Amino acid sequence: MQKTLNKKFVKEWLIERCIYFSGIASIIFVCLIFIFLVKEGFSLFKNVSIVDFLLGQKWYPISTPASFGILSLIVGSLYVTLGATIIAVPIGIASAVYIAEVAPVKIREVLKSGIEILAAIPSVVLGFIGMMTLVPWVKNTFHLPTGLTAFSGALMLAFMAMPTIVSIAEDSLNAVPKRYKEAALALGATRWQAIWRVILPAASSGILAAVMLGIGRVIGETMAVMMITGNAARIPDSLFQPVRTLTATVAAEMGETVRGSDHYYALFAIGIVLFIITFFINLIADLAVHNKRK
Amino acid sequence: MRIAKMLVFVVLLSMSLATAWAAGNSIQIKGSDTMVNLGQAWSEAYMQQHKDALVAVTGGGSGTGIAALISGTCDIAESSRSMKEEEIAQAKTKGIVPQEFKVGLDGLAVVVNPANSVEKLTIDQLADIFTGKIKNWKEVGGKDAPIVLLSREVNSGTHVYFKEHVLRKGNPKSTVEFDSSALLMSSSQAIADEVSQNSNAIGYYGMGYISKSQKAIAVAKDAQSQYYTPTLENVVSNKYYISRPLFFYTNGQPQGLVKDFVDFVFSPAGQQIVKDTDFVPVK
Repeated sequence: MQKTLNKKFVKEWLIERCIYFSGIASIIFVCLIFIFLVKEGFSLFKNVSIVDFLLGQKWYPISTPASFGILSLIVGSLYVTLGATIIAVPIGIASAVYIAEVAPVKIREVLKSGIEILAAIPSVVLGFIGMMTLVPWVKNTFHLPTGLTAFSGALMLAFMAMPTIVSIAEDSLNAVPKRYKEAALALGATRWQAIWRVILPAASSGILAAVMLGIGRVIGETMAVMMITGNAARIPDSLFQPVRTLTATVAAEMGETVRGSDHYYALFAIGIVLFIITFFINLIADLAVHNKRK
Repeated sequence: MRIAKMLVFVVLLSMSLATAWAAGNSIQIKGSDTMVNLGQAWSEAYMQQHKDALVAVTGGGSGTGIAALISGTCDIAESSRSMKEEEIAQAKTKGIVPQEFKVGLDGLAVVVNPANSVEKLTIDQLADIFTGKIKNWKEVGGKDAPIVLLSREVNSGTHVYFKEHVLRKGNPKSTVEFDSSALLMSSSQAIADEVSQNSNAIGYYGMGYISKSQKAIAVAKDAQSQYYTPTLENVVSNKYYISRPLFFYTNGQPQGLVKDFVDFVFSPAGQQIVKDTDFVPVK
């Protein structure tokens, strides 16, 4: 009797520890990744000042002497991300509203699985399609010298952010208690008034979270932007010029760097910048979701 | 039940051992995107003759291949530029002694859209175009349209070669750079695609990538010299100015299967493949 109890106890303890470890594993990984990034990235600042790194406009990593200014890369990432957000957010929210509130059940199911499939398309495939179809279209429509521009990248990334925005926004719309809508309709509101004045405000924090996560997806995207934004490291005057993003720079140059060189450290320093940007985006999303739960 | 599980385990184990055994019969080749098609053609022809051998070829850029050779993850690095001194020094600290083989030659073609009326340029004009001094096609005899510069990414041996030999004209002290408006494309094929779609674009790549959708520019060393197009004859006779050697790098003198493969590359059949893939043979 005593023995079986003991055995049970040990088993339970073991399982508990395992679950505990699984629970904190992701946090440990994030910390380890950050430590690694900082360790490798900060070595750059022995030779290059932080100001020159963040505000320098020249990115010539393999020249002698090399210049590691990432301002044009940061601006490039921001252009593409902002452009994609402006396109994806209104369409994404409208589509979430349609799916959650307006669409008949049959259409709703079809739309939802369609959006899931859109989310499952690998970004390199979207990039390839974009390169073949979108890029010539942008060039001819806007009479540009080249179609490899921030705008093409933004348009393509809007497609990638859309599934995230739609599915999370739709969840939060569904989470609005039914009685809100019923009360609004009972008071004589039209369907549109109920959606616009009651349901959307009630779900606003969830929608904000959806938008922020969508932005997080866009800023971290690499393959598609590398294929269609042109990758010219110069601060653009408009959306219709080529840009080079932070992610594409790391991806394109990682293979060439000699381990332990300044170029290698600079790519890790770019990683830190990206990490900090996505951290704050996720933080805002998290705060928004938290706000809603209160 | 237990026995069944054991059996599955044993089968899996023996399978993985068998694969490991087979690995002794394989060669990993990595590096230059310019040479990846050539490497693939060699590997296929070689495997036709040696049914039990496995030759895997991947691209990624000359720098990527050399980095892989240094870290010991490939047997042969393909490179369209010679190894830099710091790379050789770094290899030596890891106990790798790079051995160089010149396996072919490549003419670097400067290409424009067939609709572009510009037919020929001098090296000085090319340098001015790619450094951003000349920004409009009319300055070199074309129509009034902005020039769109296409370059390869910095991990490309082609990028480095073009910068050193065209932009800097072979002067090691020069610090001239590609204009920052140059679009950095991830592959030679991406440049070919963009040039075929864009009548304002100018790009460069190995002559193997020229097709009907692009037009190769005739190049002259200076305004007094004759212009030559990148053809097999002009590269062999050294008349075409922008041509470069293609290398294999191995760790020390090649042995066993790697030696056999390198010998095959230098055999008449191997050099015929160089010709068939639009490069220039060394023998």
